[in-house]
Parts: sequence; structure tokens; C-alpha cells
Amino acid sequence: MKISYYPGCTLKSNAKNFEDSTLCSLKELGIDVQELKRWNCCGTVYSLATDDLMHHLASIRNLIHVKEAQTDTVMTLCAMCYNTLKRVNERIKADPESLEKIHKFMDEEKVPYQGDVKVRHLLELLRDDLKFENIAKKVKKSLKDLKVASYYGCLLVRPKDIGFDDLENPRVLDDLMNALGAKAVDFPYKTECCGAYQTVDKPEVIAERTYSILTSARSQGADVVAVSCPLCAFNLDHRQKETAHKYSDFKKMPILYFTQIMAIALGCEEKDLGFGLHYIDPKPLLKQKGLI
Amino acid sequence: MRTIISKKKIRGPFVQKIEELSGQKLLVCYQCGKCSAGCPAVNEMDILPNQVIRFAQLGLKEELLESKSIWVCASCYTCNVRCPKGIKIAEVMEALRQVLLRQRHDHIDIPKLTDEQKADVPAIALISNFRKFTS
Repeated sequence: MKISYYPGCTLKSNAKNFEDSTLCSLKELGIDVQELKRWNCCGTVYSLATDDLMHHLASIRNLIHVKEAQTDTVMTLCAMCYNTLKRVNERIKADPESLEKIHKFMDEEKVPYQGDVKVRHLLELLRDDLKFENIAKKVKKSLKDLKVASYYGCLLVRPKDIGFDDLENPRVLDDLMNALGAKAVDFPYKTECCGAYQTVDKPEVIAERTYSILTSARSQGADVVAVSCPLCAFNLDHRQKETAHKYSDFKKMPILYFTQIMAIALGCEEKDLGFGLHYIDPKPLLKQKGLI
Repeated sequence: MRTIISKKKIRGPFVQKIEELSGQKLLVCYQCGKCSAGCPAVNEMDILPNQVIRFAQLGLKEELLESKSIWVCASCYTCNVRCPKGIKIAEVMEALRQVLLRQRHDHIDIPKLTDEQKADVPAIALISNFRKFTS
């Protein structure tokens, strides 16, 4: 069965390197995904108020597009898209009455939605379908000297039943990094919130979180921090400017999408890695390690 | 500050509204404080997460709606997954924000954001911020 790919807004702009490195890696791994011909914003955050059905429409529309593409599975890369699409899907499956109400707003959609699309994150596909030991066999460039602290943030692991790994001690990214030949570094801040959307009006709050998270990763010996969410990536990377301004002892460090690290290991070219989008340029470190 | 606790407030429409919007039974909370212990945002809060639940049980509407805490919470769900009683504290925070947002009390004023503030951040940040902070 073919898999549909839902990119989401930021994967086409600030996080284009997340998309490019993923598509190159998937090609090397022999996984075929097809981007949805038509898609819209997922809503970015799941609406928590019990009576707020209106904001679930955007997600449902995307799930209908998945069915229109004759597929039953949609893959996401962004942790926020994953969380929002999956929660909306689970919500309407558990509450058919709300689905009926939502259908009343669907005038143009030809396919009725019944909750029958699977929402999966790329990491789930790699871990459960392809399996990490098979990925390890396709590694062309060993990452042996690269120490990677994996930062999961909130929405890959929480809430329970939506996240796809242990709530308190997730391992999926660490296991992938080890399979790719890098050295996974554990650190206590790996599921601590980066401050998310507060970055717009309270960058100083993000600077404080970035300081705690990255200082902890560095103290455990990490060279880089791997992420899977474009908002975490922005906060941990670009807000290092504010962090360095606020904390004189702060040492800057590169932030990479886990797919960029995977793409390096699988032999993708530098054009697929998109280092121009970073605030902290990862190239000097990667050159020093002999990886680019 | 003097706080008045009354049956009228406890049984009033505010408590009922918060329970409805959040889908939570507030009296289930026995104040263990685990939500506040694990919250990454407590140092920016004026009322701790467990206190938010206690205040909501007591119907202390003004104290809650004027608090900084409800806007500092970024719905990271750490409290939700750790609560031994299964209360979704993040949903209660959202219900409190909704009470204000539904009366058009937006938390941020979009026209007042500078061009630099808007240009610097990715779409995902702006959209989620406006979804959470405006009506």
C-alpha cells in the first residue's frame, strides 16, 4: 500500500532541510511516499476545549485528502502536525456524534470520512516497518565520532496513546542514532518543553529553556542535538542568539533534524542537507568529524 | 490579599463552565502537587498548576482569569501524563483561557507585533501562537 506524505506549512519554508533530507533518505532506504496533491494547515495545535469542533475541520480535510489519494496511511515529519492530525482522528473515532456534526460542514469533500486513515510519524515507519537493523545495513558513511543528544520535546511522546514511545524515557531517536553509527547521548532534558509558540511574544522565556536544555546536553558530552519538530528546531537553534545574550557562560551548539543526520549516514549530498537554513552553522563541526 | 470562599462560588456557573469546557471533574484532585513539581514553566507562574485546580474547585474566578499562569502554560502535557488521578490539567488551563478569549479578551495584539517579530519566526510559531492567544 502506498503511503501519503503530509508536509505541513513549515516543511516548505524554514524547515525545507527537514523535508529534503527526509526525501533523500527515504529514496536511499527504498520507501515510496507520495506528497498529497492538495493539503491545508493541520491547525498546528489540537483544540482542547470539549465543545470546539470547528478547529478539527482542517485536520479532517487533510485526512479526506489522504483517502482521495487512494491511500490509508499518512506520514508526517513535523511533531506538531503528527500530534494534531492523530488526536483529531482519535477524537472523532471515539465520538461518532461529533463526526456527524463535522460532516455537516463538509460541502465540497466527495469522500465521507469515517476515521479510517492511519496517522504515522516517519520515526514509527522506520522503527516498526523498516526496522533499525535494516537501516544500519544501508549506512554508507559511519558517524562513529558524532555524539548526538536526541531531543524529543512534547508532542512526539505526549499525551499517552498519541505518542509512540515511553512517556518519560523515550528511546526511538537514540536507537536510530546508534543504528546509524553515531553515539547516542542520554540527557535529562530530552522531553522538557522548549516553550513552543511563546517564542513569538516571549523570546526571553525560550532563551531560558534553550539554555537549560542545551547546557544539559553539552554536559553529557553531546556535539549536536537532534530534533524532529520545526518549532523545537527554531527555538533551540535560532534562539541561541538571545540565549547567548542572556547567559555569558552559554556555549552555542548545532541543532540538526534527525533526518539530516540520517541523510549524511546514507550518503545524501550536501544540497539535500540545507545547512543554509541554520542559525548555528553545523558545517565546521561536521567537517571536523570528516562527515561532509 | 483576602480571599472569600463561599458555597455560592463553589456551586456557581463558573465552576460548571470550567468543568464542561475542560471535560474534567475538578474535585477529583487531592492536591498532591505532582503537576507543579514537573511543570517546566512554574518559575514564570504566579499561581502553581495545583493551585489553579484548587482555585477552580473553589470558583475563584477573578484570581484565575487575572493570573499569568494560564498564559504561561504551553500545553506540553507533562502534568497530564503524571497526574495520579488522571486529571487533564492542560485542559483546565485551556478552559480558563477560553473563558477570556470567548469574550474577545485576546492575550496578544497582533497589529502591535513588530515586523521583525513576525519575520523572524517560522509559520508554525505564528499560527500556533495566534490559535492559542487570540479568539
